[in-house]
Parts: sequence; C-alpha cells; structure tokens
Amino acid sequence: MTISTVGKGDWHREQMACFRKMEKVTVAMQDPDMGMKMRNQRLLITVIPHAMTGRDIIDWLIQKYNICDEEALHLGDMLVRYGYIYPLKEPRCLVLQPDECPYRFQTPYFWTSTRWPASELDYAIYLAKKNIRKQGELMDYEKERYSVLNKRINHTWDFVVMQAREQLRASKQRRKADRIVLECQEQAYWLINRPPPGAHNVLDMGLERPNTFSSRVPLNQNSDYYKKEIETCRRALGRNRVKSSICLEGFVKYSEQYQNHDPIMQGCLPSNPWISDDTAHWTMNAQVVPTPTRLRVERWSFSFMELLSDPMGRQEFMTYLEKEFSAENLCFWQACEDIKHGENSKIGEKVEDVYKTFLAPGAVRWVNIDSKTMDKTLEGIKEPHHFVMDDAQMHIYFLMKKDSYPRYLKSDLYKNMLAKAVVPQETKKSVFPFMRRQRHSSPSPAQAVAVATEDDGRIKQAGQAGTNSVAGSQV
Amino acid sequence: MAAEKAEMDKLKKECDALRTQIEAARKAVNDGSMSASAGGVAGLGRIQLKLRKNLKGHLAKIYAMHWSADSRQMVSASQDGKLLIWDTFTGNKLVAVPLKSAWVMSVAFAPSGNLVASGGLDNICTVYNIKAASPKTLRELDAHTGYLSCCRFLSDTEILTASGDTTCCLWDLETGKQKTVFTNHIGDCMSLALSPDMNTFISGACDSLAKLWDLREGACKQTFSGHTSDINAIAFFQNGHAIITGSDDCSCKMYDLRSDQEVITYQDPSLNAGVTSVALSNSGRLIFAGYDDFNCHIWDSLKGEKIGVLSGHDNRVSCTGVPNDGMGVCTGSWDSFLKLWN
Repeated sequence: MTISTVGKGDWHREQMACFRKMEKVTVAMQDPDMGMKMRNQRLLITVIPHAMTGRDIIDWLIQKYNICDEEALHLGDMLVRYGYIYPLKEPRCLVLQPDECPYRFQTPYFWTSTRWPASELDYAIYLAKKNIRKQGELMDYEKERYSVLNKRINHTWDFVVMQAREQLRASKQRRKADRIVLECQEQAYWLINRPPPGAHNVLDMGLERPNTFSSRVPLNQNSDYYKKEIETCRRALGRNRVKSSICLEGFVKYSEQYQNHDPIMQGCLPSNPWISDDTAHWTMNAQVVPTPTRLRVERWSFSFMELLSDPMGRQEFMTYLEKEFSAENLCFWQACEDIKHGENSKIGEKVEDVYKTFLAPGAVRWVNIDSKTMDKTLEGIKEPHHFVMDDAQMHIYFLMKKDSYPRYLKSDLYKNMLAKAVVPQETKKSVFPFMRRQRHSSPSPAQAVAVATEDDGRIKQAGQAGTNSVAGSQV
Repeated sequence: MAAEKAEMDKLKKECDALRTQIEAARKAVNDGSMSASAGGVAGLGRIQLKLRKNLKGHLAKIYAMHWSADSRQMVSASQDGKLLIWDTFTGNKLVAVPLKSAWVMSVAFAPSGNLVASGGLDNICTVYNIKAASPKTLRELDAHTGYLSCCRFLSDTEILTASGDTTCCLWDLETGKQKTVFTNHIGDCMSLALSPDMNTFISGACDSLAKLWDLREGACKQTFSGHTSDINAIAFFQNGHAIITGSDDCSCKMYDLRSDQEVITYQDPSLNAGVTSVALSNSGRLIFAGYDDFNCHIWDSLKGEKIGVLSGHDNRVSCTGVPNDGMGVCTGSWDSFLKLWN
C-alpha cells in the first residue's frame, strides 16, 4: 500500500515512502514465529487480547534490527505517531512510553495509507456515532467540526445519520471486548487524520505547489518567446566547450587535493569544535592570527583565488609584491572589486579615484594594461557603472596569476611562512580512553556487529560511550 | 492568423534546429565518463556521521536555513513566523526576527553578518538589519509577481532572488529597486546559487531545467536539461566548474559547465522520494541531499554511489547546508528541528 502521486511523464512518486517501510515493520512484529510475544491486557474488567507493552516493543526492535535503545525508542515512537500502533491507556497521547503501558497494532483497514486521504463523509459518520452514543461525548473541537460538516454536506446528512445508526446497531451485536477494540482503532485513526487543534499534524503535506507548468507553456510560446529562445540558443551554441575527460579529471584532482582540508572526511586539528566542545580550531583559524596553520598556508598554493580570498594570504602577497615594486597591481584589483560590489551612489567618485591613481598618464601607481583594453576602459569611464573596470581588472588579474603568483610560491617569503606555520596538536578526549579514531566519523553499527564477535565487551562500552556523547550535546 | 502561425512554426523549427546543434556540439566533446576518470580513486566505504547538536526552538515546519560566513552562526526560517539566528556551537538563540508573513520559504545570511533576508508567499523579499538593538526592517523588495523561493546576498548592497513568477532578480539594496531581471525559465524558479567568483549564478526551476546566468550581461548563458520533474535545489561544486541539482524526480545530477553537459546522475531504485535540498562537503567529494523520505542521504560525488544516510528527523528534510569551514552539515526539517552532524 503506498500513497503515490502521478508525476509528469506518468511515473509514480511516493509521497510518504516511509509508510510502506512502517507497514513492513509492523507486519514483521506480528509474525507468528519471529514476531512479538503478545499478552492479554486488563482494562478494568475487560480483557484485551493481543496487546504488548511499550517496553516489549522497544526490546523487540533492538533485538531485530540490532540498534541501540535510543534509536528503538525513536522508531517505535514513529510507529505510534503515524498510527500503526496505538496506546490503550491514554489514547490521546500518541507517544511511545518505554514501560508497562499497553499498546495494540492498528488493523490494516485503518492504516493511514489504506484510506488516504480520509474522507469528510467518513469523519461525519464517526462524529455522528459518537454524538448519538453518548450525548455530549464530543469534545469541543469535535463539536465545532461536526457543525461545520453539517453545514457543508447538509445534502447528505440523512445518509450520514442513517449510516451512523446502522454502524452502532451492528456494533451492539458484537462481544464487548471486540466492540472496545474497534472503538479504540477507529478513535486512533481519527486522532491521526483529524488531529485536535494544536496537535502536530503528521500528515500535513505542506503547501501544494500549483502545477502550473502545463498551463503556462502554451501561453508563453508566442513568437516573442521563440525569438528570445533563438538568441539564447545561438549564444549557447557559440560557447567554447572543453573535452569531458579534461573536465572530469579536474574534479577528481580537486577532490583529492582538498581531501585533507575537508573536516568531514579527514577530521580536523586540533579537534572539531562540535565534537570536542573546544573552540581552539576557530581561534587558530581566525581571519588574522600571528601564525597561521599549515593547512591554511598550503591552500594558498592551490589556486590564485584561494590566496586572494584569504585576508592573510592577500596581505602576504601584498608584502611580496611591494618587494617586487608591483604592488599597484593588487591595489588596483582590490579597488575594482570595491567598485563592482560596492554602493551604487559612490561609483562615480570611486571610478574617478581609480582613474587618477592607476590609469591616468603619469599616475602615481600606474598599472600596465594593453592599449586596446585601456582605450575601452577610458571610453567606459565617461559613463561609470559597476562593471566598467571589468576588462582592465581581468587583465591585471591574469598578469598577477601568470607572473607574480608562481614566483611568490617559490619565494623565501612563502617558504618561510609555510615552514613556521603551525600544525596543531590533536586534543585527546580524556573521558573514554578506548574511544580512538577521534578525528574520524564513528563506524557504522552494522560493522560493529562483525567486530562484536571478536570483542563483545569493548564494543558494548564503546556503544554506550557513543550514546552518552550524543545525549550530552543535545541542546 | 495563418501567417502568424506560419511564422511561429518557422521560428519553432529554427529553435529546435539550434537545440539539436547544441546537443551535437556537446556530444562532440564527450570523450570520457566520470566512472572512467574516477576509476582510480579509492572508494570511501560507508560514511557514518553522528548527531552532534539538536537545535530546538521553532514551533512549526522549518523551510530554510543558511550558514553565516563565520561558520558558527546560522539563520533558520519557520512557518511559525520567525527567523531564528543561532550560535550553533552553544546552541543559543541570538536573535529572533518576527515576520510580517508567516509563509516564509527562504532565508539568507549576508556575508558581512549584518543582514538577513527572507521571503515566501508574500512575494516580497524583506531584508533585516540584525546588528541593531532589535531587528530592523531595512528594505522590502516588492516587485515579484510570484512567491519568493530563494534569496542570496552578494554583499550588503546587492541581493539575488528567485521567484515563482519564473524570474530571478538582482536588487540594489541602497535604492530597493531591481537592477536586473533574469527571464528565460518557463516554470517557477525554485532555487539559486552564486558562483564562487560571483560573476555568474545558477537557477533551478519547475520546468526541469537548470540555467547559468551572467550577472553582468543579465542573460542566460547555458541551459541544462535531463531532469524529468521540478528542480528543487541547486549548488555549485567548489571549483565553480560544475553544478549539482536535486529534483522531484528523486535524483540528483552533476552538470559540468566547461563541457556544457550532464556528467553523472545520482539515483537509487530504493529512493522513491523527491530531493528537497543539496549541499557539498568542502572537497566536493560528499553530496548531502535532503529527501522527502525524512532522511538526508550522502552520495560519493565521484563514484556516484550512495554511501551514507543521516536519519533522525521525523518529517521531510527541507534544507541542508555546510558551513564555509566545512566542519559538518546541518539539516532542517518539517519536524521543527535543526540537526548538526559530522
């Protein structure tokens, strides 16, 4: 049983994929051989068969799926919240209590996925039954909804009342135990599908995105649209394309180069603040520090952009350029960035400044741009805008990238920086000495099963340590 | 009427011919596959991340979150009508911004950390100054005719928005006016991402296309097709040469910008739920994709294999994000919680 929607192109997308999984779990729980041991629960003077306690459920889940206590509680809780198991003691509290509280399996007839969405008519009949059975048994919000329904489907109200009476009559014929069970099942179903106000509605699918795609397309496709499309396509066709093999190799190289710099994959020194609760890493890698870390200085050699985007790197590069008497290039580049992303109102004066300082003949910090680009830029300055310096900036950027940058990486300045860069000490978590592999993600519990056969005691303790650390960091 | 139709048919034919030529040009440079190039790369085995923090505070579905550039603060938006700014390390809520309209769908943190922006079904992108004594509305950017699905700051003076009216827009925050409007999509724009060099941006829409735009020219430079349903999420690969998309067709795809084509699809027959959000780890090797099935699955971007899962949410994962320093990944869900993992 799945709740599916037909998407475009006629394939089915499951809306609530989890329902099928939950059903599998509950069916497994009811398996005659491997399933749960059922008990009889006493509810006042009536005996309800086929019930189990919250503790039973959790223990069974732990045993069957080899998971920890916390996960089993969470999983069992979900089964209750989505209506596959319902509580007998406090029916309105859809939470799994890990103790002697009794629960029962919901019958497939009332599975959330079987009859979804729940129909208004059925709800009306249910409320009518409640109303007839014991006058005034309806809760306030139910009374409100009942009267709203009365107005909305008034034309079928006779049918509603008739059905309600019929169903009540039929139920009177049943044994008391069965009758109570059916009432509980039906109540549980409606608590999920028509939750009381303020309760979390687990079936809320959110804002329905209007599928306007099919209705919009014909409207848009007039000749103007096609003319624009043709222009866009022409431009796209004319672009330079690089061979796939080269591009793909680029991704592989990038990923390999940055693997050591990826804290999720390789951990980080001295420690990941979220794991160790120690902010040393952030302190050591602040924007400006007396001694940067080695990884940081290494990154400056990965690409020119990396160097420029790190304020410290940029500072170092500037120092180098000053020694080479070509610092005006970097100053010019920075000034252009400011024009590109700065305030609109200041563009005029900024462009004026840049011209006077860097571009005018005999300027104090004259930058070496080819004549074609210079002419174009000077023309553009007459009507300054955000991108007026783009061509000139690009020219200087490539000049630095091809010339100064490689020489910087070979310079003593950089090499010294790299040599005295700090490699932080890994901070050890002193609490659990056997919790090694501090920097790396924890092993999968599935793997732990394989190892458990070797060393049961150690894994059990490590598992508990894991649970404790999670609980400890919850806010 | 007949003449008009004849002209339209002619234009349509020309358009189709151009598209065919583009496909041919793409095929011509397609001389390798990702599996071939990544053949020598060692597999990662199974990745298991632990839950480190569970941030409680919102009272309703969380629709969006965004990390601050300092990798420690984060802003989240929920349909309880609030934006919350968190210090993720301590778990404290630093600022609460009450929203005029509770139907929020997107939130963004400015790189400077001074401003946040949000928007949704009100069609307006509201920018707030959070450094003031109490959060002050700086601007209300009101020109879109459809819902605001995504917004991203370029700086304190410029912001990009994507809207259900099929357009994306670059705004000048000083004047509160639109600077450039990017039109080309024929479906609701659902998501956008800025390139690392800030010269271009990408957008994903309900027309199942992803488009690359030039901020300076205001035009669409490249279009990527292949998905069979709405693209909900989009992100740049760190080197700026590829994009990752997540779609309602239950798959994610990587498109390479330089060879102008799809490189690999991330899909699994057991995954039958739409993708709501994507984020990459700092090396680009791991893709964290949030799905409607309440989980965030982890993909090996080079091998194309599903290598892990982040389970713990009780409802759809609506947003994911990795901070700049790559310390971990944050998932936000309709169950009203934000979880931090690494």
